Amino acid sequence: MRMMAAKIKSNKVLRSNLITFGMVIGVYIIVQILVAAGAVSSLVRGLLVPLCTYAILAVSLNLTVGILGELSLGHAGFMCIGAFSSAFFSKCMQDVIPIAGIRFTIAILIGALTAGVFGLLIGIPVLRLKGDYLAIVTLAFGEIAKNIINMLYVGIDESGIHFSTRNSLELNLSGNGVVIIQGAQGITGTPNDSSFTVGILLLLITLVVILNLIHSRDGRAIMAIRDNTIAAESVGINITKYKLMAFSISASFAGVAGVLYAHNLSSLSATSKNFGYNMSIMILVFVVLGGIGNIRGSIIAAVVLTLLPELLRGLNDYRMLIYAVVLIAMMLFNWAPSCIRWREKIVYKLKSGKKHTKGAE
Amino acid sequence: MTMLEIRNLSISFGGLRAVDDFNVEVKKGCLYGLIGPNGAGKTTVFNLLTGVYKPNEGIITLDGQDITGKRTIDINHAGIARTFQNIRLFKDLSVADNVKVGLHNHMHYNTLEGILRLPRYRAVEKQLQEQALELLKVFELEAEAEVLAANLPYGKQRMLEIARALATKPKLLLLDEPAAGMNPNETLELMDTIKFVQDHFDMTIILIEHDMRLVSGICEELTVLNFGRVLCQGATNDVLKDPEVIKAYLGE
Ligand SMILES: Nc1ncnc2c1ncn2[C@@H]1O[C@H](COP(=O)(O)OP(=O)(O)O)[C@@H](O)[C@H]1O
Ligand SMILES: [Mg+2]
Repeated sequence: MRMMAAKIKSNKVLRSNLITFGMVIGVYIIVQILVAAGAVSSLVRGLLVPLCTYAILAVSLNLTVGILGELSLGHAGFMCIGAFSSAFFSKCMQDVIPIAGIRFTIAILIGALTAGVFGLLIGIPVLRLKGDYLAIVTLAFGEIAKNIINMLYVGIDESGIHFSTRNSLELNLSGNGVVIIQGAQGITGTPNDSSFTVGILLLLITLVVILNLIHSRDGRAIMAIRDNTIAAESVGINITKYKLMAFSISASFAGVAGVLYAHNLSSLSATSKNFGYNMSIMILVFVVLGGIGNIRGSIIAAVVLTLLPELLRGLNDYRMLIYAVVLIAMMLFNWAPSCIRWREKIVYKLKSGKKHTKGAE
Repeated sequence: MTMLEIRNLSISFGGLRAVDDFNVEVKKGCLYGLIGPNGAGKTTVFNLLTGVYKPNEGIITLDGQDITGKRTIDINHAGIARTFQNIRLFKDLSVADNVKVGLHNHMHYNTLEGILRLPRYRAVEKQLQEQALELLKVFELEAEAEVLAANLPYGKQRMLEIARALATKPKLLLLDEPAAGMNPNETLELMDTIKFVQDHFDMTIILIEHDMRLVSGICEELTVLNFGRVLCQGATNDVLKDPEVIKAYLGE
């Protein structure tokens, strides 16, 4: 009996995780077949890597919002940090490490690590406070990160790395020096190491890490803090440690998404469109509409809401109308009490129906 | 042998002395009752004991160790666990997971072992599941192990809170009005369960309770609090006969 209960639980979790992985791999295979058959327009092909980027962003933000229960409005800021730190590395090392696979792997680690460190730096002062300060601070952080990178000039020569906040002349580079980050123009000539396959691989890694974290000892502690901080403290859970753990892991995967994003473009600059407040809110919309705490839902919402406006382009004026209707429909499906009851009823019927047929056999 | 000793404990909120020069000594293995009218300061004593509030004055000693002014989690590690007057469960976790959070500091594997699902993860998770179910059995909750805590009926939620507190393997268990909101049958069951916990786990328990049948039925010693001050202290039978106590509290 005891063993059975244990098995049932782990089976349920395992099955749910497998469905998520299967969904991602299934979509990957179908898309590859369609691409090979020439059935995918170049517009959609161009969206494949961004789709992976957004999915990773949504899944990682869900760790902060849905599992830890803290509101972050600066997820795009961590993406920005990951993008620029890794693109800087890749551009510098383009000739030193000619093998793209090795160079890109290191770039991914650098992006993840840098964003994670920034997550820690923000989390250490803010997550110790009781109250919703994280939203405000992350909001400011996202904007500051974007603006600082916009005015930053970085060059490199034999004597090392040079910084300036005015222009590239002030870098005082020697004759052999190169300017890597050029203020508002950002970084140009980053090697195009990203691909749909790499994107899917990174999404799968994100899923493995975050899903396994949730269903582990640490994940339970994190969700306990979310559900009742005072009670979690009373049973000896180290609140600060687990809040920081969840938040910095969330930030580092936003960094990974940034790496993927940066290496998909030949020129990378920080604008309010890609790394600004709007982007952070869009990721939050994916998380909320996909279901807070629902990892699979985050992926679906990110994909649907990214593809939809593009696919509807032909409809011109009706595009935004349909987009809005889908937004509202998704929100109702996930959050309206009557819809939740209806869904529970369907699930219950399906389950009892199964039992029924078994009994009849 | 003394498990808990409190000397001259006081705390004020603004002008209000919620606990005023409180002294108590609880023997090892004792089931001790803390009673008094609403607002007397009973919950505040628990909050002081568990580090939720820092006392203005006084010394708290647990099993010979000074725990005055320590952080809540350190006090839990030192050996005090509690339940709450207004139930505080991890409502979106399963019943078993609530208990496993209680077991958190007693069974370890690191983050990487968890993420990579290494053998230690499997071994420790199996042990966690077994120990959680064993504890749930004491509270007749093993059938609901996979139910979300929020979906438990009220009486069972109170039981789960006790199970979760016990999972931290405390020396001293603080129960804040565990019978509140229970029907008479559930209260009787609770009485048996508390007795069982005391015997089976060799537990020292302090119980805040309004239900006099429960208090007189199982508490060995009592302290009556009134306006933050000790009104009367001693063996249950003597205290309940005290005319002051009858006037201030039982006579209402
Ligand atoms: N955090 C607080 N701030 C201000 N007053 C408090 C606080 N906690 C408790 N009190 C006051 O202290 C007194 C004792 O409260 P409490 O310990 O909850 O009583 P009870 O004996 O009913 O458990 C009450 O008057 C209450 O209003
Ligand atoms: Mg109280």
